[in-house]
Amino acid sequence: MAPVVDTLRLTAEQALGLVERQEVSPAELHAAYLEAIGERDGELHAYLRTVDAPEGASVPIALKDVISTKGVETTAGSKILSGYVPVFDATVAARCKAAGLSLLGKTNTDEFAMGSSTENSAWGPSRNPWDPTRVPGGSGGGTAAAVSAGLAPWGLGSDTGGSIKQPSALCGNVGLRPTYGTVSRYGIVAFASSLDQVGPVAKRVRDVALLYSIIAGRDPHDSTTVELPEPVRLPEADRLDGLRIGVPRQLESLDAIEPGVRAAFERALELAHELGAEVGECDLPTSYRYGMPCYYLIAPAEASSNLARYDGVRFGPRTDAATYREMVERTRDEGFGAEPKRRIMLGTYALSAGYFDAFYGQAQKVRTLLIREHREALARFDVIATPTSPTVAFPLGDKASDPLAMYACDLLTIPSCLAGLPGLSIPCGLSDELPVGLQLLGPQFGENSLFRTGYALEQAIGFDTVPLRWRTPEETA
Amino acid sequence: MTWEPVIGLEIHVQLKTQTKMFCRCPVGFGAGENTQTCPVCLGLPGALPVMNRRAIEWTILLGLALGCEISEQAVFSRKNYFYPDLPKGYQVSQYDLPSCKNGIMLLPTANGDRVIGIVRAHLEEDAAKTIHVGGHSGRIGGADFSLVDYNRGGTPLVEIVTAPDIRSADEAKRFLQLLRQTIVELGISDAEMEKGTLRVDANVSVRPTGSDELRTRTEIKNMNSFNFIARGIEAEAERQIRVWESGEDVRQETYDFDAATGKLTARRAKEEADDYRYFPEPDLVPVEPSLELVERLRSELPELPAARIRRIEADLDLDRAMVLVTGGLDRLWEETVAAGADAVAAANVIANAVVGAGVEIDAVAPTELARLVEARERIPRAAFDEAIAKLGDVGFSADSYLAQEAVSDTAELEPIVDAIIEANPGQVAAYRGGKEGLLGFFVGQVMKETQGKANARVVSELVRSKLTG
Repeated sequence: MAPVVDTLRLTAEQALGLVERQEVSPAELHAAYLEAIGERDGELHAYLRTVDAPEGASVPIALKDVISTKGVETTAGSKILSGYVPVFDATVAARCKAAGLSLLGKTNTDEFAMGSSTENSAWGPSRNPWDPTRVPGGSGGGTAAAVSAGLAPWGLGSDTGGSIKQPSALCGNVGLRPTYGTVSRYGIVAFASSLDQVGPVAKRVRDVALLYSIIAGRDPHDSTTVELPEPVRLPEADRLDGLRIGVPRQLESLDAIEPGVRAAFERALELAHELGAEVGECDLPTSYRYGMPCYYLIAPAEASSNLARYDGVRFGPRTDAATYREMVERTRDEGFGAEPKRRIMLGTYALSAGYFDAFYGQAQKVRTLLIREHREALARFDVIATPTSPTVAFPLGDKASDPLAMYACDLLTIPSCLAGLPGLSIPCGLSDELPVGLQLLGPQFGENSLFRTGYALEQAIGFDTVPLRWRTPEETA
Repeated sequence: MTWEPVIGLEIHVQLKTQTKMFCRCPVGFGAGENTQTCPVCLGLPGALPVMNRRAIEWTILLGLALGCEISEQAVFSRKNYFYPDLPKGYQVSQYDLPSCKNGIMLLPTANGDRVIGIVRAHLEEDAAKTIHVGGHSGRIGGADFSLVDYNRGGTPLVEIVTAPDIRSADEAKRFLQLLRQTIVELGISDAEMEKGTLRVDANVSVRPTGSDELRTRTEIKNMNSFNFIARGIEAEAERQIRVWESGEDVRQETYDFDAATGKLTARRAKEEADDYRYFPEPDLVPVEPSLELVERLRSELPELPAARIRRIEADLDLDRAMVLVTGGLDRLWEETVAAGADAVAAANVIANAVVGAGVEIDAVAPTELARLVEARERIPRAAFDEAIAKLGDVGFSADSYLAQEAVSDTAELEPIVDAIIEANPGQVAAYRGGKEGLLGFFVGQVMKETQGKANARVVSELVRSKLTG
């Protein structure tokens, strides 16, 4: 008889231990997760498709549907890629395979990773395991919901302006957006090339560090990647003596931050202080004032170009018409949903002759200021701390018809993305019985210090990753 | 009022690297359709470009040969537009920061060097090949269907843009001959117009001679030989002169040159101006060649064609020097002269007889060629021609041909000359009436009669004395 595996509570590191000690076979483990998916994913819709026949000598993994998987349909949450089966593996998928990780399935995402709730998926929204009337965040809501609900021990997401960190926060997971250039983008369906980064999502900081060590490092297929300057270190210490944590003074006046989120964030800072860290004030004035508008020029500009290849000529669905131009127009009109269309229009406008200097050109200058501002803050502090999301998970439909309100979800995650810096989100408590995320930002290649900080805080906070409604009476007590 | 053309050229050169610009698919002709492709050059989702180091180096090498400044930082941009030959919906091309800029090429002329400015030479990727089936225009509009072969897509392409410094169709042609030879000698491209590895568009305007204004220009495309380029430019300049002289204005248009009719056809004007929405390609890093690399490439530059023309012209004349150098014949010529041949005679024999016989130039032994040049009037014509034809054979020796004597005995030749004069009274009258060029006709007839065994110089003297006597 197959051993009972409690996927809801199992961390990736524990799962690896089970396989290593041969208490559970890789196939049994894979099957256990498929069973959990069978039980709980009808409600959550974290997965767009699952893979039944496991290949791999280790634990399974969920991959966001923007990650190309050879022989397995990859749609990036868009109708325009329905039926598209890649002929090659993304480098991160290949590295997971090489590490023996078996592919559980492809997880839901906002179309082309554009969104903060997964409601923009052409295949229907995912739901938050803590409260299925609420969104799991986005764009990587599928991976986050899967990890939180025990439908995968870990997974990979992609983050352009917060798509790993924000859903991790809303679902009570740990998520890392790595330093730009440390993880290959080869095979990732591109949204905004100068911002896109792949990163891990799991229940625990050590799981995230472990998965990061599997996927990181230079890839000859991606010219923007570099070798890690130092190896990934799995964190062990539970003290933070000597660590300098900076808190942007601008948070004070950001009304968008909910009181419950602010309270949990401040408790986490107190804990950090108790663990020996110095907590001080830093200054990121441009980031919170101009980060969002800057992002919503650069990202759509790059997207308008990256999404030009979806013309129906070589792959994906095609709507036939009398002329080439009409065929392309109709294919794109029927294939893209409202959000990609909106961003293609924004981006096309920002790059147009006569507007380039005022929009795209200006945004690049602001980006340079953001980089400088973060560098200055990180010269005085080892880590910058903010809440990850200004709010906890919100009800489905709440912001779906208000793009600006939806864009504001990423207010706190966007600036460091523009600066190319790493960010780790860890759960730091509950507000209204929903998880709150703590965002830790570091300098370029500062992942090890984020892991160390995140791990120590994780121990001190003692956050229970099991959604309240699935806890046993003993756990609740 | 007289007019002068103002001509600028845009030249595309396909580099003969082994692999494509941004992926490692092979570059080459003749493979089955869409067999030299991969996720990158098909623009599949998630595929990323990786630069071809050799293509970068060759572009810099060309830039150095054209006297360009080599940019410490060159940047690839995206040129965005929809067309089925462009799989990504954008072409990756250097734009505002090209690898090479502000160069010059010296074009030797009888009145000194003409300085032709090189505005820029930049690297980009070639588009795929489309075939539009059905319809009549050969264009995508009106076609029943279109086929795309992505083998060519992503081939490295250098675009060279000249300043509007060229002043005649002939000058354009000679500039292109010299540029082509430079490219071929650098070993970076076959630069063959028939194969499309060299493509030229011309920007043409005219202005009153001596003025320095720049009037509205038009662009001519689809010219697939240097001669057609010259004819196209000439035809367009004449057309513009007629337009201005009739009191109308030349409109900015693009013309296709039809080689069969020699006519220019205006392309249908677009309703909207192109907006390519250029921005720096975020999937690539800037090209920052080290000073050491640039200096190494500079040190590898061979003596360039323009310099060689100037050097060998001293012993010849500009036209012969140009023919030898742009034909890749000057090295053989120099060695042949060094082996004792007369400079002008050697140039004539090489440019006419040797090239005409289709001999492989690199296989020719200059010492044997020099002996043939020296003996060319002494030995029978037939023997000379045969020897030239076999020049490229392994171990060729001129000995057996030099042993043959042409018939120089006037007593033996006189009856033949007399008979031919008698048989061609019309030509005789014409010659005596002043058409001295007909001398060759008579000599030719004698050679034919003697099966090439007569000494041409003796025959021609004999004929001349008979006709004038």
